[in-house]
Amino acid sequence: MKNKIAALAGIATMALLAVACDKSAEDAADAAFASRYKALPGTKTLITGATVLTGAGERLEDADLLIDDGRIVEVGTDLNADGADVVDAAGKWVTPGIIDVHSHLGVYPSPGTESHSDGNEATAPVTAEVWAEHSVWPQDPGFVTALAGGVTSMQILPGSANLIGGRGVTLKNVPGRNVMDMKFPGAPHSLKMACGENPKRVYGGRGQAPGTRMGNVAGYRAAWIEAADYRDKLAAAENGEGEAPTRDLRLETLAGVLDGEILVHNHCYRADEMSVMLDIAREFGYKVSAFHHAVEAYKIPDLLAEADTCAAMWADWWGFKMEAYDGIRENVAIVDQADACAIIHSDSGLGIQVLNQETAKVMGAAAKARGEVARHR
Amino acid sequence: MNRLVTALLLIVLPVVAAAQTTAIVGGKVHTVGPQGTLDNATIIIVNGRIHAVGTGLGIPDGAETIDAAGKLVTPGLFSPIGRLGLVEVGLSAGPVDSEQRGERFTAGFAVADAYNPRSTLIAVNRIEGVTRAAIVPSPGFPDDSGSMGHVLSGLAAVVNLGDEDVVDRPAAAMVVTLGEGGSHFADGTRAGAWLTLRNALDEARDYGNHKEDFERGMRRDYVHSVADLEALQKVFSGTTPLLVNINRASDIEALTRLITEYRIAAIIVGGAEAWMLADEIAAANISVILSPAYNLPGNFDSINARRGAAGILIDAGVRVALADSQSQTHNARNITQSAGNAVRDGLAWDAALRAITLAPAEIFGMGTYAGSIEVGKAADIVIWPADPLELTSFPDQVLINGVSIPMVSRQTLLRDRYMQSQSELPPAYRD
Repeated sequence: MKNKIAALAGIATMALLAVACDKSAEDAADAAFASRYKALPGTKTLITGATVLTGAGERLEDADLLIDDGRIVEVGTDLNADGADVVDAAGKWVTPGIIDVHSHLGVYPSPGTESHSDGNEATAPVTAEVWAEHSVWPQDPGFVTALAGGVTSMQILPGSANLIGGRGVTLKNVPGRNVMDMKFPGAPHSLKMACGENPKRVYGGRGQAPGTRMGNVAGYRAAWIEAADYRDKLAAAENGEGEAPTRDLRLETLAGVLDGEILVHNHCYRADEMSVMLDIAREFGYKVSAFHHAVEAYKIPDLLAEADTCAAMWADWWGFKMEAYDGIRENVAIVDQADACAIIHSDSGLGIQVLNQETAKVMGAAAKARGEVARHR
Repeated sequence: MNRLVTALLLIVLPVVAAAQTTAIVGGKVHTVGPQGTLDNATIIIVNGRIHAVGTGLGIPDGAETIDAAGKLVTPGLFSPIGRLGLVEVGLSAGPVDSEQRGERFTAGFAVADAYNPRSTLIAVNRIEGVTRAAIVPSPGFPDDSGSMGHVLSGLAAVVNLGDEDVVDRPAAAMVVTLGEGGSHFADGTRAGAWLTLRNALDEARDYGNHKEDFERGMRRDYVHSVADLEALQKVFSGTTPLLVNINRASDIEALTRLITEYRIAAIIVGGAEAWMLADEIAAANISVILSPAYNLPGNFDSINARRGAAGILIDAGVRVALADSQSQTHNARNITQSAGNAVRDGLAWDAALRAITLAPAEIFGMGTYAGSIEVGKAADIVIWPADPLELTSFPDQVLINGVSIPMVSRQTLLRDRYMQSQSELPPAYRD
């Protein structure tokens, strides 16, 4: 049975690859893998008397919240709603569902057996053609425990073995029989890139490029040169100049980044390497949406602010490898203080359950270093 | 960078505590001992030991006084598992001194001699309240030459995170890895891991009972070296329990049978399914070191991992120490978060504090010497601005053996350089 499916998939892939690259083929792919998430029919619900942190920087006391048909209808005081279920939230806190921008749930599910290891296509340093969603196992129990920890959406990324590891996907951790049932409607794809030790260790260890940080950079640049060429040929063909190139899944993803449709999420620890990655982004005209882990972001908050690039960080992980050795508790606070975009992420099936706790640690460290930090910040 | 290193070297120079008297005055003291919790109490420390604890105590002449009014005072935290001082950076950065490899020394492999009190990890963790730690060998995965670890990876030590006389117990436990983890070091078989342990115990017992015959060459050859067999004598003499890395309930049942058969003591580390056998574990007098937030079925040995396990075991009478689920070494300091999560899942606050102070001290044979604020014990004391199990609470001051440690680490120096430097120079030039 398994073999039959694999064979069918193989045929389908070959068929896709044989199609010359035109927009209609890409559109077909978009349609095939579109979100099938649908909100369950909701009951009209009024949450009353809560302290509401809106997530947009506001803290509302004794506030009411009206929900209908899966949407927030109104946030205010003394709201009335006929026929609504009322939840008395006096003395409670209400927040938006927590979003984890860095998770491998589903692609590295529990139990973590070898046969479940689907997060790193570590067979070549650039595998922009793979999509994390095609590895996601919806039955990963981690989706449920994350929900119990208040998480309602998450970005599932390929691992960091590769320079360019493939597309990430944003999911709602709702029950689904396949990943499309969980896919966040309208969320853009991301591209996972990785700096530093991981790619050079994985490939250098095999006597293959990249084996150094300079090898890493050569690898990214070579990929972007190919992608730019592919994009230019495609654009020319649309203007009736020359043949369209044969459709290439790898270059299609990279061209999507150059066109601004796919967002770059770049695993990168050291300040100097993040800085180099921003230089490469400038060279090829793409934007880095976020550096992930960014353990040394506190050394370059001004550069991050200038590039409008977020840093997605742990509260306190440090020292497990050289590029994480300079981690400090105030990393998030310093990035935030510089008005750069600071995000707290988990990268862990356990950490994702306690992102509120990780945030509290960050607040505590910030308060100790520079005075009280408002909760709604 | 050089300046940073120099600063660090200055900081870790030993502070001499000769004939020193210190009084910590006015705090709310959680003794974790028979005196319970005392409001507005005074702790008198003489020569590194707790001399008196109570309310309304007079302060001896010449005592250094630490004002703890409005503060909470607890015993120092005890990290029950990890490799503090045995690793700086674990991956691709030189040897990791906790890792045992090869057949030459297994049970006899002792990490105490490799402990580095000047490791940057020590200051990072002690300024957040960790004053003592069990440092534990583990079986190494194959290195470049193919040399790999053993089911018996040797002797765990207990150290204090002060600057002098740092090794408290060089042979605090004998580390054994069984279950799925152990099978990696027994040709891929779970039963083989058990047999490896049994064979070692059998040889050690035979050696111990016939040492003179052995010296005269009148015993059969042993697989293990004399150093290993000598180390195992400590297990039989009762000073050194087995510290067993194990998760699956069936392995725990096998462990209770084994320790009954050999009349030895054991501590379980991991214990994802221990809660299923709480009464049996209590009856076998086995202690458990677990990560209370670990609730995912990471492999088939921990399918029944759950929250609330610590409370179930403690209610059944099992002595439990709490570890951090994410990082046991670099972030040994996060055992307060583990304890807080155990409280979230139903454990009483006092029991949670005990599980990161006195309980681990008792588990490693240090219960009469450390772990609580009691007269005669080592003065490991933490002064907190607020509830230590709250994540926004970091210590104001930490004392180890009565010495106030500098509240500085490589991390606080980095923070000050990048966050608070008043220098006008470009960032890379700042102090």
